[in-house]
Amino acid sequence: MSALLEVRDLRVAFTRRGEPDTVAVDGVSFEVDPGQVVGLVGESGCGKSVTSLAIMRLLPARGVRLTGSVTFDGTDLLTLPEARMRELRGREMSMVFQDPLSSLNPVVPVGLQVTEVLRRHRGMGKEPARREAADLLDRVGIPDPRRRLDSYPHQLSGGMRQRALIAIALACRPRLLIADEPTTALDVTIQAQILDLLGQLVRETGTALVMITHDLGVVAGMCETVNVLYAGRIVERARRHRLFGTPRHPYTHGLLRSIPRLDAPAGEDLAAIGGSVNDNLPWTHACAFAPRCPRSLERCVEVTPDPETAGGRLLRCHNPVPASVE
Amino acid sequence: MATTWLERRRSRIDGLAQGRSLGAEALRRLRRNPVAITGAVIIGAFVIVAVLAPLLAPHGAAEAFPELQENLRPGRIPGPQEGFPLGSDQLGRDFLSRMILAARQTLLVGVLATLIGLVIGLVIGTLAGAFGGWVDTLLMRVTDVLLAIPSLLLAISVAALAASPSQTTVIIAVSAVAVPIFARLLRGSMLAQRESDHVVAATALGVKRRAVVLRHMLPNAVGPVIVQATLTLATAILDAAALSFLGLGDADPGRAEWGLMLAQAQAYLDVRPALALYPAIAIIVVALGFTLLGESLREALDPKGRR
Amino acid sequence: MLRFVVRRLLQVVPTLLLLSILVFAWLRNLPGGPAVALLGDRATPERVAQLNALYGLDDPLPVQYGKFLGRAASGDFGTSSITGEPVLAEIARALPATLELSIAALAIAVALGIPLGYLAAVNRGRSLDVSTVIGTLVGVAVPVFFLGYVLKAVFAVELGWFPPSGRQTVGLDATNVTGFAVLDGVLTREWDASLDALSHLVLPAVALATIPLAVIVRITRASVLDVLDSDFVRTANSKGLTPATVRGRHVLRNALLPVSTVIGLQVGLLLAGAVLTERVFVWGGLGTLLADAITLRDYPRLQAILLLGALIYIVVNLLVDISYAVIDPRVRL
Repeated sequence: MSALLEVRDLRVAFTRRGEPDTVAVDGVSFEVDPGQVVGLVGESGCGKSVTSLAIMRLLPARGVRLTGSVTFDGTDLLTLPEARMRELRGREMSMVFQDPLSSLNPVVPVGLQVTEVLRRHRGMGKEPARREAADLLDRVGIPDPRRRLDSYPHQLSGGMRQRALIAIALACRPRLLIADEPTTALDVTIQAQILDLLGQLVRETGTALVMITHDLGVVAGMCETVNVLYAGRIVERARRHRLFGTPRHPYTHGLLRSIPRLDAPAGEDLAAIGGSVNDNLPWTHACAFAPRCPRSLERCVEVTPDPETAGGRLLRCHNPVPASVE
Repeated sequence: MATTWLERRRSRIDGLAQGRSLGAEALRRLRRNPVAITGAVIIGAFVIVAVLAPLLAPHGAAEAFPELQENLRPGRIPGPQEGFPLGSDQLGRDFLSRMILAARQTLLVGVLATLIGLVIGLVIGTLAGAFGGWVDTLLMRVTDVLLAIPSLLLAISVAALAASPSQTTVIIAVSAVAVPIFARLLRGSMLAQRESDHVVAATALGVKRRAVVLRHMLPNAVGPVIVQATLTLATAILDAAALSFLGLGDADPGRAEWGLMLAQAQAYLDVRPALALYPAIAIIVVALGFTLLGESLREALDPKGRR
Repeated sequence: MLRFVVRRLLQVVPTLLLLSILVFAWLRNLPGGPAVALLGDRATPERVAQLNALYGLDDPLPVQYGKFLGRAASGDFGTSSITGEPVLAEIARALPATLELSIAALAIAVALGIPLGYLAAVNRGRSLDVSTVIGTLVGVAVPVFFLGYVLKAVFAVELGWFPPSGRQTVGLDATNVTGFAVLDGVLTREWDASLDALSHLVLPAVALATIPLAVIVRITRASVLDVLDSDFVRTANSKGLTPATVRGRHVLRNALLPVSTVIGLQVGLLLAGAVLTERVFVWGGLGTLLADAITLRDYPRLQAILLLGALIYIVVNLLVDISYAVIDPRVRL
């Protein structure tokens, strides 16, 4: 079974006249199989959102340099003409974004924002599209869906808006859904509901899901395979239980240790990863994480660590945490 | 090599943290902006000419020269000749000298009108914004009405109140148009800041209201005020020219001011179009200069700094 | 919705009241005193005393104001000291001319301005955009009356493409129905009269349209740039919608909202500009009336036109506010 989505050595640089390029994504490679749920985890600024926008070709045309390859079902997306890309978007691959209020057109009723996808890709007539839209809103758990079709986004609550966006994204039963921090802007109680909904729907429709988040809890609940991103490159990839059970990259290890635990002795300091994202080194001749790494060696600031695959786990580190340590 | 790279990165971040103020940041952006530089150059040249006018102009503004006057005919005004590089105007005066001296008058009119409008508008707006309540409502109602009247009509009404128009009339009329604009601007700024943390903190610490307004709130309004002032200068010069064109301007025929000269030259357009063309171009260029500078200032001071 | 309209109407009332007070105060402060001002050249001691009694200028201020309002409400704005005609009649006659000119200018500004602003935004940074932005900056800096003269000199006098002044060629006996010369020609099927009026309209309308055009282009461009960057346009693109749909339903529907407000504001500029343009092209509308009133110190006329000008401005902005509520659902609800 070949992968549905194959990202190979994706590099995204933002160019500005008179200033050096800003590299946001620095050689990211991963795969998504049909129906699989894959996680992309990292701090803000590590390049995860840019990766998703690059895959969907939603980055601006000017001021951006994209290299590498993104293959969807055998088709190279990066060289595809825009017209063909528009046929894929919304139908075969779609996205759910972070802020549900600003992601919806404020002056157009919600129902229309759903039916326009249906009419565009499935050629539905006006009335059938409305019926289908009401059905979709119902399936994402929006009460009184017929009436809601004519509501404007600002008349809905945050949770309902995100449900509507999910309905829009899944309207044409795409084979791939990318969710970029879908619950970050929502209340904690709603977050769990939305995540459950998402998980349930992709299982029903057999859609592959790429879950992008900074929240390890979200990832642990949903994703089979987890990619850990740091400074634009994947530093560790493993199946869920392996990653959380025995994190080997010092960054992953640090992230997991920094999560406060109920059973930790009271009065104990919270563990944090020292330094900040600004203290990175460029990947071109070092390990970016080295300045903040408690396990860094002389080698780490001089030689770029290559990705090594062993036992189903990808690791980019000169001095990983030993496998037997908790 | 890697460590020095890191050090360089660190020092740059430290420099930013040392708090180069918004003003310094804006100045830096402006210095690299060609639009701002163009505007600044134009204005600089204008101001220099205006200040040095009496030294630069070969003759006086009201001096009539017999050698020019004797060549005046209906339908003929002497052009450039020996000793008079730009020729004569409709009354036998040196056109070049008048153009140069007019720079000073035009600058004066623009600056005074803007300044008066700014000061009065500032006071009104600050009072309205700082006190709120009925003071605010009253002042803003009046301001709204003034804003409701198209600016030229407002200027005309004010100018009409004078028994005999003069340059002072023009200055006051034009400043009247600027007052509501600055008032609204200041009030908006005050209102926006009233809820902000630094004001609440100062008040909680017991700082007197007057000090809060003067030392904590007003300085933050400086940016938008400067932007608006440059833009107002441009429109002030244009409005003054319009008033002169309509006959509400300075009645003193000897005075040289570009707007006035343009208005007076309309009658001689087919005889000597240069008499109108030169002041018009001067006004356009100067107004443009102020607009360019004002707009780039606005962009530079915008903390989002995108566009 | 109706409640919103009523609310807005009520909000306008205090503004109008304040405006009338200001005009009243202005009137009383005209040089020489109101009676002398109203009579102008024809002031004699007896006439002044007569007027004082008539207008109750010896009455206490509030009473005077009341009478002033009463007169204004009944349409009595006095008689012009130039022509001796009732001011309101003069204005009624001249209004269509100015309206025709203003509408034509506004039409040009909107029809050209919005597409140009949109194109500039979409081609940001490229030559079309840069030249458009420079054009708008220059456009705002050019004195309207000067531009009028230049257009006249080049296109009317030099090239002879258009007539230099007036609304219709002298001698062409066109039937007057509504006062809108172009429309009248169509209504009475006097096509050459219509065409003639149109050719007279071109130059002044273009001159008057320059500043509103520049402003509309800038606002449209800024607004479109803003919207192009927004999240919901990104969502629209992620749905794979056609460029036309994204442009029409998502970009423009949002970007044009602030533009409509600005268009309302432009009416004020148009009124002011009309005064100057009508002078240049001898148009015979309100602007000409106003210009003469200024030169000859005809205060009754001046007061009436000023009041009318402000009134039109306020009403237009009220209409813009209401239409904004119709277009933008967030305002209403």
